[in-house]
Formats: sequence, structure tokens, C-alpha cells
Amino acid sequence: MSAGAPKPLGRAKVKLAVHGVSMAYPAHDKPIQVLDKIDLDVREGEFVCIVGPSGCGKSTLLNIIGGFVQGTAGEVRIDGEAVTGPDRRRIFVFQERGVLPWLTVAENIGFGLYDLPPAERRARVANYVNLVGLRGFEDAYPQELSGGMKQRVEVARALAVDPDVLYLDEPFGALDSITRLTMRSELLRIWAAEKKTILFVTHDIEESVQLADRVAVMSARPGRIQKIVDVDLPHPRDLSDPRYLAIRDSIFEEIGIAHRV
Amino acid sequence: MNPSRRAEAVLLPLLVAAALLLAWHWAVIHTHTRIFPSPEKVARGVRELARRGVLFPYIGASLFRVGSGFLLATLLGVPLGSVMGRYRGAATALNPLVQVLRPISPLAWIPLAIVFFGVTNLSTIFLIFLASFFPIVVSTMNAVRAIPVIYLRAAQNFGFSGLALWARVILPAILPQLLTGLRLALGVAWLVVVAAEMIAVDSGLGYLILDARNAGKRYDLVVAGMLLIGVIGLALDVAMRRVERLRWLRWGFSGR
Repeated sequence: MSAGAPKPLGRAKVKLAVHGVSMAYPAHDKPIQVLDKIDLDVREGEFVCIVGPSGCGKSTLLNIIGGFVQGTAGEVRIDGEAVTGPDRRRIFVFQERGVLPWLTVAENIGFGLYDLPPAERRARVANYVNLVGLRGFEDAYPQELSGGMKQRVEVARALAVDPDVLYLDEPFGALDSITRLTMRSELLRIWAAEKKTILFVTHDIEESVQLADRVAVMSARPGRIQKIVDVDLPHPRDLSDPRYLAIRDSIFEEIGIAHRV
Repeated sequence: MNPSRRAEAVLLPLLVAAALLLAWHWAVIHTHTRIFPSPEKVARGVRELARRGVLFPYIGASLFRVGSGFLLATLLGVPLGSVMGRYRGAATALNPLVQVLRPISPLAWIPLAIVFFGVTNLSTIFLIFLASFFPIVVSTMNAVRAIPVIYLRAAQNFGFSGLALWARVILPAILPQLLTGLRLALGVAWLVVVAAEMIAVDSGLGYLILDARNAGKRYDLVVAGMLLIGVIGLALDVAMRRVERLRWLRWGFSGR
């Protein structure tokens, strides 16, 4: 198989299964329905983007899948096992705000490696410092770094514990557009190298089509999965390829934004 | 700070102090008062205390009492405040009690302190403990509540819970705000040292002031004691601010 060809994900086993997940917040008169019977299967090694307008509940969905929030109905299973809380095998990457400001870059990246012997931990940290291109900044504190560098620290911290699944919640939302482009290709490079299952939430349709194997399009509140779009294009994706543009436009239409006006 | 600013920061307060000393000196001479001491008399009083060998032991005694009471308040108040900040149930149960006890001046506790601990150092330490304990509990609780939920979630995600979560995430996260709370609490503790030493202990700056007044109306020593308390209070505050400026703590104070 040539590099960059679409992987035969159809044959990979289901890693993560979301079944009938609903979420309602209590309110004065009647509960506010945020998520309505979400079903979603993600296969091992797959890169799935959840895209939708702000307020559609996509972040809530990711937090339920991550085990931080309990849904009001439904269940999430990973490798057939019900999710009851956060787990070190599945790391949630926040926007760069999740970097701990009192730890250096190296200490942040080693944050989850407390049960390794020191020598092994140092080696692991050095490896991921290199992987995300932060060599020379090991002893810097987060406030001395740019937003993009902090985001790299978060990604490295997540990868360092060698999880099976990465959850990313608008990870590049606070970055400038050039850094965002770089970070996307970095993430794809890391994904190809580390073979993780990735669930990536974004409101940016272009971003989802550039990254994902499949894009789950969410409706406005109460959030439902309106459509799942296959992005059957090899990486790196040519952003002027008519097939790319067709997929992008179909998602824009699906979301109901008249972007050509 | 550039050099001229730094010189300004030292010179301006010195100028004001010199002006006040002059005014004080002039007022004493001009009013021919026999009760209120002149600055020179106060300075002579301090030298006399040093000669009698009580100056540093008194300062030491007061610092020891304040240090012990404050340390005890920190050791108990920070864990209690952490629990109250982290668990809604604990706060619901305990906060009303804290809020009732907090506004009671430590001076009101003097009779009870004597009942509990007798006329001893322990009574004094207990009063200073009370003065700093409640501010520490409240500031710790508020600091824990203000921790961004994202830090806690990240820590849980990596498997931290219980004491490890507290030591690795909660404590460092609150440290900048906590140190400000501790600095203010230490200020309060030092503030009550005079009253706390009203309990018949026989050393300390508070004792010095009361003793000088009662045993011979030595107002030069009264004012000397007051000034010493003020200068030491300032030194404690400056020392605590130094701690707040350490590099690994600075993140919490940037933008101030």
C-alpha cells in the first residue's frame, strides 16, 4: 500500500461506541435538552471530527465520552467496556489552557508518568519534547511560550502516557491561522506515527475536512448527529482538489450555512 | 525598576519620615509636654532596652508566639479550607460556623483562653492562632474554588486523586492566591500580638508596652514598643512579598 492511501478502516474493529447518549440540564420550567440520542461508532486508528455550530452540544458530547460528565441517558463503550470516568488510556486535550502553569515544559510532559522510574521518565519526556519540536524549551515555563507551543506541550503530555484514544476539544481554536495550519499537519504526522484513535471536536468545517477520515455533522440544539460524511482522500490533502471542495461544500450545506452568499 | 525609580522608592519614604520626626520633635519642644516623649528620648529608650538585655529577647518572644500561632493556623487552616473548597458538602456544613466565629475579635476570647490554657504562653499562641486561622480557612477555600476546572480534569484524566491530586495540582494551583492570604493573615496575627500579650506573660513587645505604662509611665518605652512593632510588621510583609516573587510562583502574579 502506498503511503498516504486511505487505510482500510472498514475492517478495523470498533474502538469506541456511543449509544443513545442524551443530555439535559435542569432549568426553571423544563430541562434544556442539549444532546438527543447520539449514536456514533469510531474504529480503531480512525480520525473522526465532530463538527457543528457553537452551542450544539459537541463539547458536552466529548466530555461525556471522556467520562468527565454523566449523560442523562445512553452509554459509551470503549473496547466493549462501559465508560464510568476519565482514564489514563484515553487522554483529553484541552485548548492550551490545560497546561499547568507552575510546571516547566518537561515537567508538564512528564505529568502523567509518575509511575515510571526517573530514568525512563526522562527518556520518554525527551522523546516527546523532540516529537513536538520543543527541544531547547524543556525548562521554560508556560507563560514564556506562545499559544502554539503550549498546545504542543499539551499534545506531548497526552501522547507521553501512550493512550489508545485522544480527545481533542477545539484544540487549535485559540491559535492564529498560520499556527493553526502548522499544528494540523503536525497532528496528522503524529497520528500517522503513533496510530492513535482520535476524536476531534471543532466548529471549523475546513479543519474537519482537512483532518478527518469521517466527519460527524451535528445539528443545532438539541444536538443530533445529522450526517456522517466520509472523507475518502489521501493525506496530505490538496485543498483545491474538486473532491475536497465537494465534500466541504456538502458539509456547509448540511449545516445550513449559505456560505456562498 | 530603573535606578532613578528605585532611588525614589527609598528616598521619598525617608524624606516623609524625616519630616514627621522633625514635626514630632518640634511639637514636643513647643508644647513643653512632660508626658509625651521626644524622638531622642524614644531612641534612648530603645538603647536602654538593649543595654538591659531585653530588646532582642522581647522581639524574639513576640515573634515566637506569632510564629507558632500562625504556623498552627496554617497547618490546620489550609487543609480545612482545601476540603471546604473542594467538597460542597463540607462547605455547606462548616461555612456557617466559620462565618459566625470569624467576626469575633480574638480579644473577646481572652477570658476563655485563660480558662483553657491558664496564664501561659499557650493562651497567647491560641489567641494569635484564632486571629489568623479563619482568614486562612476562608482564603484557602476561595482559592480552591477558583481553580480552573480544566486543571482538575486534566489531573483526573492522568489518574490523580486524593492526596496526590492535592499535592501535585490543588496546592500548586492555589499557592499564589494562598500566599497573599497568608501574608494578610500574618499581618492580622502580628496586629493582635499586643493584646494577646496582655495576658500576664512577662516578655514580648506587647508586654513591654503595657509594663512600661503600668510600671512608671515610661511613655518613651511605650512609643519605642509601638515603633518596633510597626517596623517588624513591615519587615514580615516585605519578606512574604519576596516569597510571592519566586520564579515558579510568579505565574499567578503576572499582570499585577
